[in-house]
Amino acid sequence: MFDSFFADFQTILAGAFTGFVFGFLLQKGGVTRFNVIVGQFLLKDFTVLKIMMTAIVVGSVGIYGMRSLGLEVVFHIKATALLGNALGGLIFGVGMATLGYCPGTAVAAIGEGSRHAIAGVLGMIVGAGFYAEVYPWIKENILSVGDLGKVTFPSLTGLSAWWFITALLLIALLSFYLINRIEKIKHLEEKIFEII
Amino acid sequence: MIPYFKKARWSPYWVGAGIGVLSWITFAFMNKALGVSTTMVRSAGAIEGSFFEAYVRSNTYFSKYLGTVTEPKPVLEWQFALVIMLVVGAWFSAKLSATQIQETVPDIWKQRFGPSKGKRYLVSFLSGIVIIFGARLAGGCTSGHGISGGLQLAVSSWIFFLCLFLSGVVTAWVLYGKGGKGHV
Repeated sequence: MFDSFFADFQTILAGAFTGFVFGFLLQKGGVTRFNVIVGQFLLKDFTVLKIMMTAIVVGSVGIYGMRSLGLEVVFHIKATALLGNALGGLIFGVGMATLGYCPGTAVAAIGEGSRHAIAGVLGMIVGAGFYAEVYPWIKENILSVGDLGKVTFPSLTGLSAWWFITALLLIALLSFYLINRIEKIKHLEEKIFEII
Repeated sequence: MIPYFKKARWSPYWVGAGIGVLSWITFAFMNKALGVSTTMVRSAGAIEGSFFEAYVRSNTYFSKYLGTVTEPKPVLEWQFALVIMLVVGAWFSAKLSATQIQETVPDIWKQRFGPSKGKRYLVSFLSGIVIIFGARLAGGCTSGHGISGGLQLAVSSWIFFLCLFLSGVVTAWVLYGKGGKGHV
């Protein structure tokens, strides 16, 4: 197993750099906290959505922008298997709401000192081993349903990616505006309650 | 500059933009996309493999990521290094702002299910199993699917993201209900 344990040094260093910056950002963003993640699902704290939507919009402008400029940027698209993607998402959501972390934020939360996140990550490793056992059955019966291959919205519709990116940007700006309004109203309500 | 790094929290918009720019770097210079959950597969495979190597090498799923006997792939590769350094990055950030915690039972949980550490650890462990099962079934987690896939406008990722959000909201409301709201 361990004859070829390590990748080349440069690859490991690149991954290590990325992980350090990513972990730093997740902690500074507050998403290494159980309360913030569960607060998002209770629609009380919108930090998670703000971070994710901004990352997606900024990321897509850069990646598609570089490609439009003729730079060679390779995509890493995950295959669309409608049933698997949907069912996986539904199961994932249950786990994320009970754990209070997703895989990346659970690992980062360990760095911040969360103890119960350690139990969560151990469970993830066990879960991965379990999935490897049932994979042949899942591949045949679930991943074969609605298998569209590695498609994106531009490749599926034939429209320019920039239509979708513009739409995403508008959706993001509109939702940030609405979230901020709701937060302001809630803040005022709390102040009024304090006074009363 | 330094005071800014010592701040406990940054604006979520700046953090999101930072993750977006980090994605540009990984795509352009490393030919990689941010992701985490495949590392759990490699970890499980490496642990099982240190006892039963032949089995892991012949398992269809493990060999996708760890290779076969004739063509083994490294365990500690780009994403594995990323996941290890997530711990260090978050630790360093919390250290700078002195916001480390030793959370064993989160407040909202305590309010609803009591202060038992054992109970919380058991549920965390079981949730970990559930979450990775979902991630592998869908093909990725919040980073690999949600952010990396979302920004590439992948159909699979947006389906995953919407379903995860929907089921997360329903689960949280079933678990903590309105009572939990006041404790966030």
